Amino acid sequence: MHRLVHAISPPSGTALLQARTAINGVAGICDPLGGLYLPETRTLVVSDLHLEKGSAFARRGMMLPPYDTLATLRVLEAVIARHNPNTVISLGDNFHDRVGSGAMPETFRHMVATMARGREWIWINGNHDPDGTSGLPGASMDELHHAGLIFRHEPSKGDASAEIAGHLHPAATVRRRDKSVRRACFATDGKRLVMPAFGVTTGGLDLRHRAMSGLFDRGKLVAHMLGRDRIYSVRYDNLIG
Amino acid sequence: MFFIHDYLGVKLLPPMPHSGFSFAEHDLLLFPVNRIDSPLPDSDVLTLPTPFLRWFAEKGWRPRAHQLELLSRAEAGESTLLIAPTGAGKTLAGFLPSLVDITRRGKIPPGSPFVGIHTLYISPLKALAVDIERNLMKPVAQMGLPVRIENRTGDTPQAKRQRQRLNPPDILLTTPEQLALLIANGEAERFFKDLRYVVLDELHSLVTSKRGHLLSLGLARLRRLAPDLQTTGLSATVAEPMELQRWLVAQTEEQENHAGLITVSGGAKPEILILRTEEHVPWAGHSARYAIADVYAAIKDHGTTLLFVNTRSQAEMLFQELWTINDDNLPIALHHGSLDVAQRRKVEAAMSENRLRAVVATSTLDLGIDWGDVDLVVHVGAPKGASRLAQRIGRANHRMDEPSRAILVPANRFEVMECQAALDANYIGAQDTPPVGQGALDVLAQHVLGIACAQPFDAVDLHREITSAAPYAHLSWETFERIVDFVATGGYALRTYERYARIRKTKDGLWRVSNPMVAQQYRLNVGTIVESPMLNVRMVKRNARGSLGRGGMTLGKVEEYFLEMLSPGDTFVFSGKVVRFEGIRENECLVSQAFSFDPKVPTYAGGKFPLSTYLAAQVRKMLADPARHASLPDQVRDWLALQKDISMLPREDELLIETFPRGSRHYMVIYAFEGRLAHQTLGMLLTRRLDRAGLKPLGFVATDYSLAVWGLDDLGNAFRARRPSLAQLFDEDMLGDDLEAWLNESFLLKRTFRNCAVIAGLIDQRHPGKEKTGRQITVSADLIYDVLRAHEPDHILLEATRSDAATGLLDIGRLGSMLKRIKGHITHRRLDHISPLAVPVMLEIGREAVQGEAHDFLLSEAADDLINEAMGGEPDVVIR
Repeated sequence: MHRLVHAISPPSGTALLQARTAINGVAGICDPLGGLYLPETRTLVVSDLHLEKGSAFARRGMMLPPYDTLATLRVLEAVIARHNPNTVISLGDNFHDRVGSGAMPETFRHMVATMARGREWIWINGNHDPDGTSGLPGASMDELHHAGLIFRHEPSKGDASAEIAGHLHPAATVRRRDKSVRRACFATDGKRLVMPAFGVTTGGLDLRHRAMSGLFDRGKLVAHMLGRDRIYSVRYDNLIG
Repeated sequence: MFFIHDYLGVKLLPPMPHSGFSFAEHDLLLFPVNRIDSPLPDSDVLTLPTPFLRWFAEKGWRPRAHQLELLSRAEAGESTLLIAPTGAGKTLAGFLPSLVDITRRGKIPPGSPFVGIHTLYISPLKALAVDIERNLMKPVAQMGLPVRIENRTGDTPQAKRQRQRLNPPDILLTTPEQLALLIANGEAERFFKDLRYVVLDELHSLVTSKRGHLLSLGLARLRRLAPDLQTTGLSATVAEPMELQRWLVAQTEEQENHAGLITVSGGAKPEILILRTEEHVPWAGHSARYAIADVYAAIKDHGTTLLFVNTRSQAEMLFQELWTINDDNLPIALHHGSLDVAQRRKVEAAMSENRLRAVVATSTLDLGIDWGDVDLVVHVGAPKGASRLAQRIGRANHRMDEPSRAILVPANRFEVMECQAALDANYIGAQDTPPVGQGALDVLAQHVLGIACAQPFDAVDLHREITSAAPYAHLSWETFERIVDFVATGGYALRTYERYARIRKTKDGLWRVSNPMVAQQYRLNVGTIVESPMLNVRMVKRNARGSLGRGGMTLGKVEEYFLEMLSPGDTFVFSGKVVRFEGIRENECLVSQAFSFDPKVPTYAGGKFPLSTYLAAQVRKMLADPARHASLPDQVRDWLALQKDISMLPREDELLIETFPRGSRHYMVIYAFEGRLAHQTLGMLLTRRLDRAGLKPLGFVATDYSLAVWGLDDLGNAFRARRPSLAQLFDEDMLGDDLEAWLNESFLLKRTFRNCAVIAGLIDQRHPGKEKTGRQITVSADLIYDVLRAHEPDHILLEATRSDAATGLLDIGRLGSMLKRIKGHITHRRLDHISPLAVPVMLEIGREAVQGEAHDFLLSEAADDLINEAMGGEPDVVIR
């Protein structure tokens, strides 16, 4: 059961609404910026940053705007400032490809270093960046057990209690008056949670897609959708495909 | 039976007995020679080579005057535009210079050095290129001409393409996209060096879109590869032939150049009727259900009838309704672009074999293809533009000398007036064509990359070449440079991609592609038609356990945006059936048989094409002139008379605005007659302004004819008190900051951006080995748009996007000229209740959701409701 709670410190005068959730009994707060905050251990989780995606495409001949890394890092700065965590876990696909972390411009490196100062920082390896990061603060690993939870990039098949994963970029759609709205979301059935993609140019995969099947108890599945300044929590049955 | 008319002053004479030669053959060719009277002087004909003369004599035919005229001008070195009605033998006229020239040249002896193609024929439709090949081969074979004709379309097998490059035919029939591919090939120079003629069929429809822009650039390149080439444009009647004449030839900095013009007028006047019915003509809507019985009776009275409608959903509806009353089991078929190709081919085959009594069709059947012996065209819904009407009516009869028969079926009362106006327009021949427009920048980017794929280019030379194409004649050097920069590295202010550049300037000053992968990528993305993501519609069955089976028949494709509106269990009409939406599985939309005749979800049924400027002016004129009301049916005449009593009928140059209360709301209805797109834009801008004036507008709805805005405050009162005055409200300055502000938060720009980004090559339409579906591409293009707009709002692709939106979906140009026109001519009527003229637009309210941008608002409302329902109880929301 979750309730909508008031934010800790909304950025401006507007109300900020986050959703409280629990994963296998561990309390968590879904932030509309796309981070999951675990208050008991002061841990912030983000997933699928896909940094340097623009340049990854440019190397292959598609000149996507080179502004995605900066934009993603700015959001990351904001969510870190809001929760001031002891530990930051980036749940894989931190960079869009293997060479991304090595090729990232110095200014962005500096931004990450500033954010990581005074905190523990964990880079979980993803399928896009299986070799880990280079030249950045923090440790790279495939999997982490922390705060009574298991952190990995790809959700494991079948029943997996206490797992926090990313990879799938879940998104959900609701419909109202002949118009539908689709947003990235946290997806959880109370046992495990799949994180929304954090990178600003990452797309989403619908919760009803085949790739999502078998992961959740759909009777208990809730999508915490990211709105502009609040989370909208909708039960799976009330989503449309 | 033939009736022979007077073309270009050449007196042609009474008919010979009809000997039953085929339709297609006749269309291509000629008039029967008169055997009774003395023949015409043969001096012109004698210029033809012997095989032609012998063949004419054998057939008992003679060339038409305009065909010989075109030949003699071509031989004098002139490029020419031929405007002729359907059935005038345009196609042969277009090919005659080539056939004669190739015949004089003779067969190329084996062992000769490489000879490139002689003539390039370009048509807007693949099917048309194939059709023409069939029709042209026959006389060429009969005359025994040494001419090789082949087509090249997306369907041509790889081996044949390869052979065509090594051993080109004399005449190649193809489409604009294929031309772009040929030009981007390294062998383009060799392939086109001997090119003499380019024949552009259906030119009026080729030039008007981005496709036309791409083609104009291709033509500019061809002129460079073969400086002596001449063009021949074939076109239906258009209002402004000068634009097409300009398009056909190279422009220079000093002056505008024009191709010559041959106009064939006349043809039998079509017999067009507006359906007169005893039934009640509806006030609003697009279904024309009231007329089904009359339409069915007309089908029964004719051999083969083509029924045209404006949209797919209208076609589905009409087809279904006809079968409901088809007691005689007449073979009636359905044909539209979303149907499965196999199904469409089946219908086409049955049609050409005259096995059908009627086909319900949308624009897929629009252009000049023969479909057997059609003797009646029924047009349901307003024709939205006189030249479209002419095109469609031409379909009834490809013989110019027999009158075409057509029935117009207006779906509502305004459409009655519009049909009458269109009908008048058809008789006076004042048809309109959308203007050629300024060359789009995304298309230019695609072309520049294509050129680089073919061979290294010098930027100054290429700029000169490009400005010889009419749509790009005014392209500045600065803009061109920015496009080249965009093609190279994306053109970003943050210059981080230099090392990944797709094209680079080398030491010799020429731009070349960086690696062969670039060319491969270009080939996969060529073209300007960006498909909105489409999903297969598959019919599945529920098994005993209630889950959905796999397999099942594919019914066709449907646009993703339509499905976005549906929930499982909703029923809608597709492929002539009422189906139940079950869900989406990967790239497929699953449906099951719905045991219902009443689909729940109406699809937007109005025309895709807004009322044309010309027709709009005609409708306004008709409204203002009581004398012309006499030609309208009683029901419509009474309606207008009532309007005059209760309110007024606006003068031609006047903008009538009515305000009245209804229920708890106040309404304002604006009778602008500028088409739905312009009205929608006006609605967006007006509601912003009213909001700013504190009048709290709640919504608006637009039709082709008028616009209604409503709110809780008394709008009429506010206008009377000049808070604001109507003159202020409708001031042209709304197209300044208000427009800019709205555009920036509008979802529409994202859609437009996606198209521009794909055409310009920023995003792949298809990418080798990529697993993304069209649905995901939509998402990422949106995200890229957001990032780009936030960081570099002046980027050239965003500029291209804004200008696209302004000319296309928003119809800003038209709105602008309207605001200018009505300045000082606004008449406000305050009424106590709704006026007769307001009824149609008022009926639309509630039919269509207001196009708002408040996504977050909708989301919030949905979530709150659903949370209540799902979680049982109020969420504990705390607002600071």
